[in-house]
Amino acid sequence: MATLKELAKKEERLTGGHRLCAGCGIPPIVRLILRSTDAPIVATTATGCLEVGTSIYPYTAWNIPWIHSAFENAAATISGVEAAYRALKKTGKIPDRDIKFIAFGGDGGTYDIGLQALSGALERRHNFLYVCYDNGAYMNTGIQRSSATPLFSNTTTSPAGKAIEGKQEWRKDLTRIVVAHNVPYAAQASPHNWADLSKKAEKALAINGPTFLNVMSPCPLGWYTKSEDSIKLAKLSVDTCYWPLYEVENGVLRVTYKPKEKKPLAEWLKPQGRFKHLFKPENKNMLDAFQERVDLEWQRLLELDGKRI
Amino acid sequence: MAITTKGQIGLTGNTAIAYAMKQINPDVCPAYPITPSTGIIEDFAGFVADGEVDTEMITVESEHSAMSACIGAEAAGARVMTATSSQGLALMWEMLYIASGMRLPIVLTNVNRALSAPINIHCDHSDSMGARDAGWVQLYSETVQEAYDNLIQAIRIAEHTDVLLPTMVCLDGFITSHAIENISLISDADVKGFIGAYKPAHALLDVEHPITYGAMSLPDNYIEFKHEQSRAMARSKAVVSAIGAEFGKKFGRSYGLFDAYRLEDADSVIVILNSAAGTTKVAVDELRAQGKKVGMLRPRLFRPFPFEELAKALSGAKAIAVLDRVDSMNGFGGPLFNEIRSALYETDSRPKVMSRIYGLGGRDYKVKDALGVYDELGKVVSTGKVETLQKYITL
Repeated sequence: MATLKELAKKEERLTGGHRLCAGCGIPPIVRLILRSTDAPIVATTATGCLEVGTSIYPYTAWNIPWIHSAFENAAATISGVEAAYRALKKTGKIPDRDIKFIAFGGDGGTYDIGLQALSGALERRHNFLYVCYDNGAYMNTGIQRSSATPLFSNTTTSPAGKAIEGKQEWRKDLTRIVVAHNVPYAAQASPHNWADLSKKAEKALAINGPTFLNVMSPCPLGWYTKSEDSIKLAKLSVDTCYWPLYEVENGVLRVTYKPKEKKPLAEWLKPQGRFKHLFKPENKNMLDAFQERVDLEWQRLLELDGKRI
Repeated sequence: MAITTKGQIGLTGNTAIAYAMKQINPDVCPAYPITPSTGIIEDFAGFVADGEVDTEMITVESEHSAMSACIGAEAAGARVMTATSSQGLALMWEMLYIASGMRLPIVLTNVNRALSAPINIHCDHSDSMGARDAGWVQLYSETVQEAYDNLIQAIRIAEHTDVLLPTMVCLDGFITSHAIENISLISDADVKGFIGAYKPAHALLDVEHPITYGAMSLPDNYIEFKHEQSRAMARSKAVVSAIGAEFGKKFGRSYGLFDAYRLEDADSVIVILNSAAGTTKVAVDELRAQGKKVGMLRPRLFRPFPFEELAKALSGAKAIAVLDRVDSMNGFGGPLFNEIRSALYETDSRPKVMSRIYGLGGRDYKVKDALGVYDELGKVVSTGKVETLQKYITL
């Protein structure tokens, strides 16, 4: 694997000058993944922050061929691109060279509206990497709940009201759903651990077949946090075991990072305005319930560590 | 059964379309089964499985993904075709606009079928008429022969540099898609020669020249993109005419923007799309034999709408009934009626025009139905008055 210095020297495939927010987790995630191979890349992006922030005509931040078509169909769009590649290569209409295909989508475009297209593309075994940048809500449209939104989170469609305080449901476990498609590689990652993310992207892009990365993506706007705290918060999501780093390679699960000391969930929640209501004394039961569920999920994962699932 | 391109051969509409696709040999075919177009992709899947085409077929999980994959593949630089019907086209709706807005020359066969609810698998035009403003060139086909010929021409029309718009070929579900008709096929070499190779100016797979497809466009540019698209749609009319004439020169079957039947001196005229034109022609012949001045006009090109040519062709009529196999549910007749009537506004003669909605959900349209309409038209001709502007027939 390349060192950070070597990675830094590589061509910038998503250039500066884009309009994503200061402190947004998306650009470091995308830039790192695009550096994880020297092969040419063709990418697509679902409608969302990444698409809007990088492609306002007549400007584009993409130094690689890139297409956006709609919200729910990034996986179907890349299916078409990848099939075209196979067809044109087979008939000698394009040079016989290795090209990588990546689809990017947010949690709304992946867990929710894009799930069907993703499932179809995974089942059809297209040769592509799907990257979900998971910031836990529809941030682009103004912080509405998605099925990736954390428990009790205050969003504009699951507000912390007087009768109902935030989102009442546990998040969808998309990574497990993807794994159930028997893909050769699926992993969770976080931008604070660049080495882990980069290694996973490199691995995924080297595999022939559908691969998947679910990446924690801090969002100062929707989390009500300071821009400069994003990477710190990404780290806390992992150190509290809310967002475990693991991979499933050919059916074998491996936890790729185990915190030496598992931090209390409150350390990740407290700095985030979306969880403010959980720190009212009368809501201690909610905080406890959240911690309990995180512990349960982490334990479940540890039991699977090293096993064929 | 082996299909030969020599002489006449009996084929269903679906088989003929699938065979045209085999001869066209598109690079990519994303497809999803739906009645009554399923036969097309089943036959085509057979050609793929037997190695008779180079096509990469993507058996997607929905029509939305079918059109999304068409868009990805076409933008990548491939020649792309698909087929669908009814709910399938409806599910593609969002992506139809994106295909045309991105100026991607995808070619789609739509086997016309009614839209739900109530669910119905039989023919009417509510599916393709629902997509009439999606920015696709639309060709309608009366017969199996015409559907086959239209599909081959559609490749040339869509990919023409004056056009670069997706193109839809429509034929009637079951009536045309499942009926066997004796048709003439063109040889593989002639089809290949006629359509030529697809060489897009921009392609995602041209990795040395990275391009951005589908950028966001705000009020400072959006209207210019739409203006360009609108101009391309208007230009496509001449391209459809030229390619229809070239096709005729090469293969003996010429195609224009519409088909006029015994129209020259006709006072009473029915305007109607697709297979029902055949039934109408029988009625015309019967009435002509009685010395009645009746005729028929069947538009072939509906998008763009050739309003000048249609108005000119119809300006000599005294009374016109436009028969729509779809209701716009606007309280004011079907889409073809509204556009024909609007086209005639500029004529000095201003013929009387009435709307008749027929055959929804596969209800038969018979010669007697056409005769009934001509009877009504005759009264309009003699009184100069339209008694009933709009109504349903074949109820």
